[in-house]
Amino acid sequence: MPVIKVEGLSKIFGKNINQAKKLLDKGTTKDEILKQTGCTVGVNRASFEVEEGEVFVIMGLSGSGKSTLVRLLNRLIEPTEGSVLVDGEDLAKVDKQTLRKVRREKMSMVFQKFALFPHRTILENAGFGLEIQGLEKNEQTKKAKESLELVGLGDYINQYPEQLSGGMQQRVGLARALANDPEVLLMDEAFSALDPLIRKDMQDELLDLQANMKKTIIFITHDLDEALRIGDRIALMKDGSIVQIGSPEEILVNPANDYVEKFVEDVDRSKVLTAEHIMKRPETINIEKHGPRVALERMKDEGISSIYVTDGKRNLKGYVTADDASDARKNEIRDLNEILRTDVPTVKKDTSMNDIFEVIYDSPIPIAVVEDGKLFGIIVRGAVIAALAGEGEVKLSNA
Amino acid sequence: MLDFMEKIKIAEAVSAFTDWITDTFSFLFNPIKNQLGNFMDWFSDKLAAIPPIIVILIVVIAAFFISGKRVGLPIFSLIGLWLIYNQELWEELMFTFALVLVASILAVIIGVPFGILMSKSRTAESIITPILDFMQTMPAFVYLIPAVAFFGIGMVPGIFASVIFATPPTVRFTNLGIRQVSKELVEASDAFGSTGSQKLFKVELPMAKRTIMAGINQTVMLSLSMVVIASMIGSPGLGREVLSALQRAQVGPGFVAGIGIVILAIIIDRFTQNLNTEKKK
Repeated sequence: MPVIKVEGLSKIFGKNINQAKKLLDKGTTKDEILKQTGCTVGVNRASFEVEEGEVFVIMGLSGSGKSTLVRLLNRLIEPTEGSVLVDGEDLAKVDKQTLRKVRREKMSMVFQKFALFPHRTILENAGFGLEIQGLEKNEQTKKAKESLELVGLGDYINQYPEQLSGGMQQRVGLARALANDPEVLLMDEAFSALDPLIRKDMQDELLDLQANMKKTIIFITHDLDEALRIGDRIALMKDGSIVQIGSPEEILVNPANDYVEKFVEDVDRSKVLTAEHIMKRPETINIEKHGPRVALERMKDEGISSIYVTDGKRNLKGYVTADDASDARKNEIRDLNEILRTDVPTVKKDTSMNDIFEVIYDSPIPIAVVEDGKLFGIIVRGAVIAALAGEGEVKLSNA
Repeated sequence: MLDFMEKIKIAEAVSAFTDWITDTFSFLFNPIKNQLGNFMDWFSDKLAAIPPIIVILIVVIAAFFISGKRVGLPIFSLIGLWLIYNQELWEELMFTFALVLVASILAVIIGVPFGILMSKSRTAESIITPILDFMQTMPAFVYLIPAVAFFGIGMVPGIFASVIFATPPTVRFTNLGIRQVSKELVEASDAFGSTGSQKLFKVELPMAKRTIMAGINQTVMLSLSMVVIASMIGSPGLGREVLSALQRAQVGPGFVAGIGIVILAIIIDRFTQNLNTEKKK
């Protein structure tokens, strides 16, 4: 069962909400609704489910409604319509007391600009949620300390937020959210205010923490690289609507529409794509059946200067070059084994583009994608470049 | 052209209204007048009974610590207070101080809750703001008239007029301070499930403290200025010295009493300001 199930969740800002709602149901665009009613559509009928232990990333450019959406989840902003089911309970409809209870016990939030209380020490900040719950003072301190140690700030408990760097402040923000031991962590552009190196550290740390904690995390970001790094699934938002939900790969490889494609264009693909995505079906010859003559014919047909050699079970044996095969034919050598070269440049299916680069850079021949000794595909230089340029030639190979 | 209507009887209406209030609420005004009057007499007598040297020492030592162990304010306090003592205005100084203290405390007790109310409700803000404008722009002397009607003459009407005159800054700054608390911090406190009062006392008021203190500083200064004016309806203190010098056209004594007020004003101002900055980490 999903931890969070969102159905038809909308937020309209403005005065003629009823009119705007009707237009929205008819499928009128955001701009048109603004023109006709003066209302702004913040979130347009969003629906999705988040499974337990999942990192669900909501991504979009500024103004796409992602920050509004996350605030609808814990009702910092009142939804106009739709439902937010958390453990089967519709938060959009519960009374204030129940809502407070959910906020105290089930959902915590981490904010973009940290939102630490400047008049409280780090320890008091981390213990804020516990204090609000009315936990006993000793227990508060103990839990807040544990939480701070979890994020590596055990030594700073008596400092004030302004004495800490941005990265450390956000760790406090994270510790404060974790101290409540919530089921769901809402992270609103939590790392966006940090500089790139720190941001990467924080992403790694979040993933490490997540590996142990298995929280359900809803992470808002405008940075696709970040989304791809940490998301199990990604929802892409545009103009208040969710335009695509999928795994990082699905979004990159099969963008649902032009908008997603455009978004994806700028991504540093080298970090996301792996050998499997860009390899193609290899031309091979079977060492048990074929000799140099066949090898040469095959290379001529395909216009290539080397060819991989396998056995009947696709186990990679090596490769032969056109020059060697030609010499062999002249010298009437029948056995491929005599001209077989075995200095094969190989990568695995999940090798990332960055690593493929290093291999392909000084390899005179296409590199082989090998798993358990079997040849699955080959990668030519052109494919790497095409993939990095995002020219749509990236198709999952069925090899 | 403009005489299409008789003169509207505003003055008469206000007088009648004030009379009505005086009669109707006399059951309320009389005990306030007696109780507060007795308290003020007792309090100012006690203050005046403390040996001046002790008061001066306490002020100087407090000034030293409050101003962050600097010597400027303590030295000024020492010389200033000694000068007032030397001019035989000590008792007047104590009366004035007692009035300012009580009026300010009342103004803050009344002002802060109204400020909170204003910050929480736009309706309240739109109702209270013009009232505050009215209270602050109405010439201060005008408050003396109903004050006398309600409470007779003496210290109590002086306090009443001072409270009316001095409350607005506390209300305004409390409102402003709470509204200035960053939206993210308010969201954070909501997101962790704070109740309204948890949010107010754990986040909003502590965050707004500096702004509210600035308002209180203004309130204290305004109540000092009003306490001086209130000498016209019989409030004792330095103001009365100024007034009597004015009535007799005595420049010298008037100047001396005026200097006394200036010294008191500066000391009070620096004290309240430094209380505000002292907590800064």
